[in-house]
Amino acid sequence: MPDLERRFTIRANDFVNAGEVSLEIQSILKHIGFNPALIRRISVCAYESEMNVVMHGGDGEALLKVSPNSVTLVFTDQGKGIKDIELAFKPGYSTANLKHREMGFGAGMGLPNIKESADSIEIHSEEGHGTTLNIGFELEGDFG
Amino acid sequence: MTSVKLSEIRDLLNATVQVGDDKLNTSVSACCAGDLMSDILRGATQGTVLVTGLNNIQVIRTAVIVGVAAVILVREKLPDETLVAHARKHGLPLLSTPCTMFSACGRLYEKGLRGVEKQVYRSGLRKGITGNP
Ligand SMILES: Nc1ncnc2c1ncn2[C@@H]1O[C@H](COP(=O)(O)OP(=O)(O)O)[C@@H](O)[C@H]1O
Ligand SMILES: [Mg+2]
Repeated sequence: MPDLERRFTIRANDFVNAGEVSLEIQSILKHIGFNPALIRRISVCAYESEMNVVMHGGDGEALLKVSPNSVTLVFTDQGKGIKDIELAFKPGYSTANLKHREMGFGAGMGLPNIKESADSIEIHSEEGHGTTLNIGFELEGDFG
Repeated sequence: MTSVKLSEIRDLLNATVQVGDDKLNTSVSACCAGDLMSDILRGATQGTVLVTGLNNIQVIRTAVIVGVAAVILVREKLPDETLVAHARKHGLPLLSTPCTMFSACGRLYEKGLRGVEKQVYRSGLRKGITGNP
């Protein structure tokens, strides 16, 4: 299988398009032919991460990398960053506003869900300088 | 496991089909319900219908991301053009019922649909969820 690398732009507070990048990533993964359970795990992580960039982050991008043994998602934004990363991963912790909650988000379960669904995650964030979230999935005969 | 066709669900809930007239033969065996998309994104969704009171584009995107078979809007909520267009684009059946969330879920349960607690999803497997909840 050929390696693949794709970049997508994400805009802060763009609720008209929030989620469209993840749907495109999902359709690429379907096209490659990964098994549905893996596609679901990756898609959910992508969607939660994309919503976080739109809602809490700033302008940024998503990177999808497919290699023979892994799929990697990297979400980067130039937003306000996360002050306390441990707190951000605490189930139920959220700084979401009313607008976010009206869309069905802001339960503080996004980051915990990503952590649970991925094989590995790495997060770098600095207050005032944005956030990078690296999410890894291992491939072990996940085709078909 | 009981399997129920979308056409039966339409009749059971006196629902109108907003999108997906051609897909009413699809069968489902389970149901997830809620207005919190974060919750829907955490549970199993294979072969389920999503019952929700949230009438918003993120419902369609969530439904496609997790792969539910259909979305049912309760309390006679009607989707706007954008929702309809997105559902159509993704081939996602979209129904609207006058039932409340409680009544819709009650009727579906009575018909034999069940919750997703038992479904095999990776996080469930990790936690070792088995048996009847
Ligand atoms: N990209 C980001 N930039 C800044 N803050 C973030 C980012 N992602 C997450 N956060 C912070 O972490 C919190 C928890 O995120 P999450 O678990 O996804 O829950 P929710 O999105 O429902 O608030 C958010 O409320 C926000 O304060
Ligand atoms: Mg979130």
